[in-house]
Amino acid sequence: MSKKINQSGTYYWYALPGVAAFLTLVGGSFAYNIYLSFNNWQGIGKPEWIGLKNYQDLIHDHTFWISFLHAFEFIFAMSIAPTFLGLLVAALIYDFIATYFGNAISTFLRISLYVPQIIALPVVGILWSWMLSPNVGVINTILRKIGLSSLALNWLGQSSTAMLSLSVMMIWIQIGYTVVIFVSGLARLDPYLDEAAQLDGATWFQRFRIITIPQLYPELSVVLLTTTVAALKVFGPVYVMTGGGPGDATQVPAFFSYFHFFSTLRVGYGAAVATVLALILTVLAIGLLRLQRRVGATR
Amino acid sequence: MSVKTKKGVGPYLVLGGLIGMALIWLFPLYIAFINAFKPQTEFVKYGVLALPHHWDISKFGKFWGDVDFTKKLANSLQISLLVAIIAVTLSFLTAYAIGIGRVKGRTWILGFFMVAFTIPQEALIYPLYSMAKTLNLYDSIWSIIIIFGVMSTGFGTYLLSSVLTTFPDELLEAARIDGASPWRILRSIVLPLLRPTLFVLATMFFIFTWNEFLIPLVMLPSNNNQTVTLSMAITTGQYTSDPTARAAAALIGFMPSVIFFLIFQRTLMRGITLGAVK
Repeated sequence: MSKKINQSGTYYWYALPGVAAFLTLVGGSFAYNIYLSFNNWQGIGKPEWIGLKNYQDLIHDHTFWISFLHAFEFIFAMSIAPTFLGLLVAALIYDFIATYFGNAISTFLRISLYVPQIIALPVVGILWSWMLSPNVGVINTILRKIGLSSLALNWLGQSSTAMLSLSVMMIWIQIGYTVVIFVSGLARLDPYLDEAAQLDGATWFQRFRIITIPQLYPELSVVLLTTTVAALKVFGPVYVMTGGGPGDATQVPAFFSYFHFFSTLRVGYGAAVATVLALILTVLAIGLLRLQRRVGATR
Repeated sequence: MSVKTKKGVGPYLVLGGLIGMALIWLFPLYIAFINAFKPQTEFVKYGVLALPHHWDISKFGKFWGDVDFTKKLANSLQISLLVAIIAVTLSFLTAYAIGIGRVKGRTWILGFFMVAFTIPQEALIYPLYSMAKTLNLYDSIWSIIIIFGVMSTGFGTYLLSSVLTTFPDELLEAARIDGASPWRILRSIVLPLLRPTLFVLATMFFIFTWNEFLIPLVMLPSNNNQTVTLSMAITTGQYTSDPTARAAAALIGFMPSVIFFLIFQRTLMRGITLGAVK
């Protein structure tokens, strides 16, 4: 017994490098970022302590609110829509394609949908801004070909359609992730319940809704959590495609803080935006995890 | 899953719908592909949808040379590979203490790593930037290697800890009774059994790091130190006058990712689902 206690002590040494490095780099940086958010600083010289001034300014900054509004819109495009569409597609692939047409087609479908996931987001952004370009872009070319010239808009160049265009791209990107997770989730389910319901004459959609979805709650909560966090962190596509514009039409918190850090050099202000974003993300993640526990417990 | 009944028309409708969807999903890649090989004159004449009559590969060479893509590839490879090694090592050691050593306070350590997962890079970037400048690591790929090597341990520790808490107790007990030290247990029992999982994790870190954007954007201003992803994002803007050159650039940019994916497809899929179920 004494030996075991002794050993348990030595195990701490194994955690030391990872914990120390993480604490310094991530913990330390985050703490310093919070400190900076109470300061007025241009990045050189001594930071000047101004208390809550940055946060007070944020409350009156229209762009700040707009950026968070857009982040929440991205939750729809990157999390909610891909989750439900992905769930449906995964169930269709699993129940119909794999059953009737074999694994080769089902693999082809999964890989095709997954391809956007493997490409770096900024590169995806380049591809899409190229496709969306008003004169020579493929999307407008097709629209003109099928007689919808009036719909051939400057998608990223005008405020009314810029968010919509980014959102469509996000759905294109995200589906692959949700489909892959849900297909593997479906594979772990016991077919017994589903078969019993089928013999009782339940339609596919009834079985999907009442039997399949509740059994996939663990996957659902993981997918919702990770994609929601990703949605609030969006930076790369906005940076390469719109720069937050036109105007503030696609401004998001991540880009907004970057902009203040490195363009206006209002470092403290940028740090305040980043801190608010971090807080919202943490609260949201804890909330979703709790919800997951509660759903898991009542089941 | 379903009881196999006679096919009827339903499954064919589903098949048609899903294949249509898959083709729409592949369409952007197809269109980038055909335009990357299309001479600009043909693009002007026949537009973006036409297949090239004459397959032109000169744009790849030009873009490759213009951005010194060989250098970018070497940078990205070096960064991603070292990050994968550092992050897997650190994650494994920490997870070993948590999952096998069951050290006191392990829930707190794990909780800390998990909260850190939600912190956006924006909330770290300025302090990291200042730190790198002070330490003379600014504009060096080592800044990126250290930062991602450490940052990735959050996810890695979380994942490996949950794998290791399910590690068979009998094996460990037997070894302890035989008087094996923690180091010996790590080397002779845990590591060999965990090797496939560590490989999955390393592959994921490699690809995540390859795709990183914000931190390299801030840390690596000079052309010579940039990564593939970063150079793609900031140089292709120069190619707005020639749409086919842009397509070629995009194609070169995502080729490495596609190649990795084809090589590591199974490993990666295992990793993604491993992360989800744990």
